[in-house]
Amino acid sequence: MTAFEPRRLLLSVAAPLLALLVAFLVTSLVLSAVGDPVMDVWKTLLAKPRPRQLVQMINAASVLYISAIAVAIGFRMNLFNIGVDGQYRVAAFAGALFAGQAWLPGFLNVLLTLVVAMVAGGLWAGIAAYLKVKRGVSEVISTIMLNAIATGVVQWMLLKVADRREGSNAIGTKRIPESSQLEGFQLIPGAQNRVYTLILLSVLVGLLYWFIINKTRFGFDLRATGQSETAAVASGVKVPRMVMTAMIASGAVAGLIGMPLLFGQDHNYGTTFQAGLGFAGIGIALLGRNHPVGIAIASLLWAFLDQQSNALQINAGVAAELVNIIQGVILFAVVIAYELIRRADLRLEQQKVARELAAQRPAPTTEGASA
Amino acid sequence: MSAAGLDVGAERLDAPPRTGRRLQWWHWLVIALAGLFVLSVLEAVTGANDIVSSGAIAAAFGLAVPIALAGLGGLWSERAGVVNIGLEGMMILGTWGAAFAAVHWGAWAGIIGGIVGGLIGGLIHAIATVTFGVDHIVSGVALNIIGLGVAKYLSARFFANLPGGGPTQSPSLPDLPRLTIGGLSDGLKSVEDDNIFFVSQIAAVLRALCTDLSVLTLLAVVLFVATWWVLWRTAFGLRLRSCGESPVAAESLGVNVIRYKFLAVLMSGALAGLGGAFLSLVAAGIYRDGQTGGRGYIGLAAMIFGNWRPGGLLAGSTLFGYTDAIQLRAGTQTVHAFLLFVAVVLVAVGLWQVIRNHRLVQGIGAIIMGALVAVWYFTTDAVAGELTSTMPYVTTLLVLVFASQRLRMPAADGQVYRKGEGH
Repeated sequence: MTAFEPRRLLLSVAAPLLALLVAFLVTSLVLSAVGDPVMDVWKTLLAKPRPRQLVQMINAASVLYISAIAVAIGFRMNLFNIGVDGQYRVAAFAGALFAGQAWLPGFLNVLLTLVVAMVAGGLWAGIAAYLKVKRGVSEVISTIMLNAIATGVVQWMLLKVADRREGSNAIGTKRIPESSQLEGFQLIPGAQNRVYTLILLSVLVGLLYWFIINKTRFGFDLRATGQSETAAVASGVKVPRMVMTAMIASGAVAGLIGMPLLFGQDHNYGTTFQAGLGFAGIGIALLGRNHPVGIAIASLLWAFLDQQSNALQINAGVAAELVNIIQGVILFAVVIAYELIRRADLRLEQQKVARELAAQRPAPTTEGASA
Repeated sequence: MSAAGLDVGAERLDAPPRTGRRLQWWHWLVIALAGLFVLSVLEAVTGANDIVSSGAIAAAFGLAVPIALAGLGGLWSERAGVVNIGLEGMMILGTWGAAFAAVHWGAWAGIIGGIVGGLIGGLIHAIATVTFGVDHIVSGVALNIIGLGVAKYLSARFFANLPGGGPTQSPSLPDLPRLTIGGLSDGLKSVEDDNIFFVSQIAAVLRALCTDLSVLTLLAVVLFVATWWVLWRTAFGLRLRSCGESPVAAESLGVNVIRYKFLAVLMSGALAGLGGAFLSLVAAGIYRDGQTGGRGYIGLAAMIFGNWRPGGLLAGSTLFGYTDAIQLRAGTQTVHAFLLFVAVVLVAVGLWQVIRNHRLVQGIGAIIMGALVAVWYFTTDAVAGELTSTMPYVTTLLVLVFASQRLRMPAADGQVYRKGEGH
């Protein structure tokens, strides 16, 4: 990384702000083209959230954060783990099944369940890693297939172990014992509900991600492979082994996605367990540019939009899915803005270098020669 | 990041030695007949009689068409060097566009509506990846998010207050005409009903090919042939493919790479949208939220499976359509019958590895796996429905496991191209 430059900092803050503005304009255009009340929509979306909603927002963001980190681990080395969605569902099922047995008391049960979930997620991702390394199957395709397979396999196993309760159609694993349920923190004054205890897990995952990627040999190899595979190979990085490790690590982190939900809210894995978190994670990782802090901001924004959209149908008569359009447009706008800024930056840099060279050598003799 | 992905150095086999000529059309015919023969044997041995019935084959074609169209879309854009994971989003836009146009202006307008819906998706992807040089996967993922959101938002807005419609689905849509070659279809039906080994199965396939075909299916067939002809037999196609192999070289020869890539991605969107139109107009006769069910991704997989060629893509989509059809019909029995097939294949592969390649570990592993599957087959009567639903995906994955080392994607696929930056 180059030294601190005010211009760079300004540009990297300008891009997301510009993207938000573009998303605002595009969404307003769509709304008015379709004939929906533009003002009501924005009033609802940008309303000040109540304490209860704020807690829900933080909870949702903490889960999305883990998901995005899982995706980002692969992204940093050019590995597209689209399969986070399948990995977290397999892992959440395995974890819930284990925790429900209550073989260990209280908090030990929680800790070991986290390990079980990580192993399950890692193993499921390991299939894709193995296929890529040994058989050259693109991880994009294999993880998409594994997502669909995970749906069937988890559904099948759920039916085998289901704990049916009277008067309910919902099926799920055995509930985890009271002693292992985590009641959460009372962080927001005036809110009845609590922030997940395992938000600590999200923080820990973020810190470890930052440390491993930026401060360890492994992280360096990972980034090097992502930036230039040939250079990495030349400097002695064993790419197949890196692919295995990074993919399994990504899957292991993906395994943790369901844990705050499991211990803080659902207390078992069933048909109503939240789905689609893996795909949201892809968008958030891209929005946060694979940076631990960027991802944190992006997941808060994502959760904010999701949460605020709940009232859209009632207050403005607009389907809540409008928020997906906004999220998608933000994503597009951010990546385009960063690309444009990168180009502008490059041009400025080139001009600067050219000026300095021209100052050193007043009379150019070789004209038109190219490198 | 670049969508080109990592080359992990898994030993890639070179292209199979070309002794003499490439596969001719009659090779494909022989392979298809051989496959059919194996299925006929399986049907005779296990007594599961829905393995090759004209009903199952017709259902397979119905399921294969949208996947094939999505894959064809992927083929256009990837041949020009743009990875298109946004096929799913384009397809979703196609399902909605087709339904909206069909509700208001009739079934034929629905086809146009689907194409327009997909085109809009293609336009977004083209502007992002070709004009602005955004990473292809990133743009595709964003497009899938937007496509899903747009379709759900618009269907709630425009279908909810129509008679028979609701916030998540359209009223039932007008039908497109269907074609049946009367005499031929009936004649083949009597042959199929006679239950002569192998002959009846051939009759079943032929009957499915001439009975109750949607015009959209015929259009898809025409588009396949046209794509092959345009991309591999015209100067335009050569230039377009050169943009996917080596854009810098193409540029130096005076090809307007940006324009070709843009066109290819637009075409890709239109085809994926048409695939979506097939789902809402023909397959379901109604628009429903989440109707595509990941078929855009499957189309992409089918295209990769088909080695970025129309013939292979067709084979891939048929395979997927077929496995999906049999699991949807009498799934639990038919998939159970296939266990026997898998067991036999595994044992055969294992013996081959031991005897010819002298790889004891792999060979014995395969034989043990085969034996386990055989035990599964003989100790049960049916496969659980939840597991049979994964059969198309497992099959695709397995086929890729055995085939992917022979695949070769366009050399510059997924790389961001900017004009005048080659040195």
